[in-house]
Parts: sequence; structure tokens; C-alpha cells
Amino acid sequence: MLEIKALHQSFGEVDVLRDVTFTVNEGEFVAILGPSGSGKSTLFQLIGGILAPKSGAILLHQRPINGEKGHMSYMPQQASLLPWRTVLQNVVLGQEIQGKANKEEAKQWLARVGLASFEEAYPIELSGGMKQRVTFIRALLSDRELLCLDEPFSALDEFTRLEMQTWLLSVWEKHRRSVLFVTHSIEEAIYLADKIVVLTKRPATVKQVINVPFARPRQEALLATTEFIALKQQLFTLIKEEKA
Amino acid sequence: MKLWQRGGAATLFLLALFILWEVIVRWQEIPMWLLPAPSAIVTEGFQSLPDFIPHILATIELTLVGLCIGASIGFIIALMLHRLPIVNRMIYPLLILSQNVPTIVLAPLLIIWFGFGLLPKLIIISLVCFFPIVVATMDGLKNTDPALKHYMQMMGATKGQTFWKLELPYALPSLFSGLKIAATYSVMGAVISEWLGAKKGIGVFMTYAQSSFRIDRVFVAIFTIMLLSMALFAVIQLLERTLVKGRAKEV
Repeated sequence: MLEIKALHQSFGEVDVLRDVTFTVNEGEFVAILGPSGSGKSTLFQLIGGILAPKSGAILLHQRPINGEKGHMSYMPQQASLLPWRTVLQNVVLGQEIQGKANKEEAKQWLARVGLASFEEAYPIELSGGMKQRVTFIRALLSDRELLCLDEPFSALDEFTRLEMQTWLLSVWEKHRRSVLFVTHSIEEAIYLADKIVVLTKRPATVKQVINVPFARPRQEALLATTEFIALKQQLFTLIKEEKA
Repeated sequence: MKLWQRGGAATLFLLALFILWEVIVRWQEIPMWLLPAPSAIVTEGFQSLPDFIPHILATIELTLVGLCIGASIGFIIALMLHRLPIVNRMIYPLLILSQNVPTIVLAPLLIIWFGFGLLPKLIIISLVCFFPIVVATMDGLKNTDPALKHYMQMMGATKGQTFWKLELPYALPSLFSGLKIAATYSVMGAVISEWLGAKKGIGVFMTYAQSSFRIDRVFVAIFTIMLLSMALFAVIQLLERTLVKGRAKEV
């Protein structure tokens, strides 16, 4: 569905991305794993159309979308909810930007994921985890094929993070969308994704693409299995090569 | 509860000051035309109320019209300066300069140019109250949370959408801060403009009182001006509380 082909990007003299190529299939969960400052955010800005690549192509259903905005739905690292809007009003913001807000659909979604009682709450009244739930629902509701999640749980504490990962899986496994998930946590990438794209350090290029063989639906117990730990070890070695 | 206590403390202190004033005036037998006692001012206030009310109403009307015009101009200027950086660099220093010209000096000039009608008065009030609005609104717009802006960008929001859905509501609390300052200035501006020639208004009442050495009436006028400023301030604060949502509750 989404194809990234030989993407090049540089800022002045500094090369940030070099020959980045990978694909996201229909309904596939793809994690991008790489060291900090490896140009993961730049990649999202290119897909979001805020930047135009120096060379290479971004194809959505075989159609180039280089520098075109509005093809992806976005969930940032910080919750970024508008403080003067209630949860319900915040959740429809993405739809508003596209054109028409559908409050009924939004209400159904909030009920489905157990947030119905927070409809009229303001963001200031929510915990960090709750805010990210709302942000994820907002991203799901904006009716775009591609969901880009930019380290969405990195600001949360360890306990909340695992809870959120499991929650995200449970929602996503029932309502499959194509997801591109940037993270620097190996465990998170394995637990959530179908496919992991490992990036090198700057200038970033694709070091390896690893398929995650675990069946869905996945449960937290997976984290303790030998297969999981072996894969984690393999990825750890890959990343370590980059640090050296 | 806390607010009530704090308000109560301020009231008590004010009351103590008035009592001290009353005692000193009586004890030292200060003549009425130099400094009247608070009790004399209150008595005079009630006695002259029927004559005074039309003046108060005239000033309220002038203040509100002037404030609305000044605030609107300030808001429009802030939007222009925010959207057009070149205009900002050109005009902003001039705006600051304009605030260095004392109103009292400017007022006679305005009267020479525009006569004794409503226009020069409204210009004076607008001049004193547009600036706080410009500064506050611009600050509010400029300080929009970059994380929220980034989200709007990534979602492909247009400039207009970003402004109406994010920047303007984000700047609202700042705008209200500016409005509160402007409101207190506007009452002062109105009274100054009335000194320069009007048929009605607190400023006119004050001028008459002064020229006939009715210092008690001057004080009545001063206290009325203070009360008016406070009332206007309170109205704007009330408006703010109903319009600005989801922010941390102030004490």
C-alpha cells in the first residue's frame, strides 16, 4: 500500500536519510527501529508532506505523494490535545481538518474503548495514559488509510507503557489499519509489529527488515517466551553494531 | 475560601486606612477645602448623586464605546503583525514610540484637529487601550504550543484551520489579560478626554468641582472612577471564566 523508494533527504551538508526503501502492506503493522537522531522524525515529515524529499519516491497505492499533505493520520509523542476542548471535541479534530466531524461515530468509538465516561472531560483532568488513548482514537477516527505513530508511549512510565501497548494491540487487532510505528524500544517493536525496519545511524538507511513471526492476538505472556527473547537478542546485536 | 479570606483581609486593611484618615482629619482639624474626611465624602456622594448620575452614565457610555473601538483596532493590528513579519518589523517600533507620547499632551492637538465632538475623545481612549491588546494578543499567538502546531501540520491542516482551531483559542487567555489592562486604562482615558471639553461626564463634574474648591466632590469623582474601573475589570474576568475552558483553575 505504502512504498518508500530510495528516499534521500539532506539538510544543507548533512545527509539525514540515504536510500531508504521499504513497504507497508494493507493492514500491516510496521515498526521503524533506530537509534536516537537517526532521522525517524524526518521520515514522518516526508510522508506527511511537510518536507519534499531531495530524491526518491513515496507511493501510496502506486501513486507518488511526494510533498503532498493530508494522506496520513498522526499520533505524536506528546498527547497534543487542545486544552479548551473536551475529549469528544478533541477526538473529532482530525475529522474537522479533513472536512466533516462525525460526533456520533466518535461517541461510538469512545464507548467501544471504554472512554465513554470521559466524553465531557477536559484534557487537564486526564492522566498521561488516558491522554494517549484519546490521541490514538483521534488518529483512528481521521479516516485516512495510513496511521503514523511517532514514539507514542516514550513519555509514559514503564507500567503505563506496557498497559498501553496491550491496549493498543487489542484495539488495533479488531480494527486493522496500516500502521507505521516509530520507536527506539526493541521490546515494543517486537511486541506490536508484523515487520521491523531497522535503521542505521545517521545518515539513516535500512539495515535490515525483520519479520516478526508471532501469531495474533498477542498477549503479554509473549514477552517472556524464549522465541521473543531470542528475537530481542538478534535485534539488540544489530543495533549495537550501530553504536560502535 | 482562600479567595474570600484574601478579599476580606484587603477590605479590612482599606477600612483601617479610612479610619486613620478620618481620625487625622478630625484631630488636626484640616479644613474641608484642603482634605475632607471620608465621612464627609460619603455624605456628599449621596447628596450629589441625583446630579451626578447623568455624568456617570455619560462616562460609562464613552468608556465602553472607546474600549470596543480600541480593543478591535488592537486585535486587528496584532493579527496583521502576526501574519505579516515585514509589517511587524516596520510598524512595531512605531507602536512602542506612540506609547511614549503622553496622552495629556496629545489631547489638545486632537481637539484642534477634530473639535470638541465625540471623535477626538474616542481617539484618545483608543490610543490608550489598543497597545496592551496588541502586545498581549501577539504574545499569545506567538507562544502557541509547538507540539500542537506540529500535530496540525502533520495532519495537513491549512493555515486558516491552524489559526481558527489552534492559534486563536490558544491566545484567548493572553487576549483577556490585555483586555483587563486596557479596560482600566479606558476609564482613565475617558475622564482625561472629558477634561478637555465636554457637556457631561465625570471629567466635567470634576472640573466644575475643582474650580469651585469643592474638594469633597473631587474625591467623590475619584472614588467613582475607581469603582467603575473595578466593575469593568470584574465583567471582563467573568467573561474570561465563561469563555476560557479547560485551563488550570486560578486561585
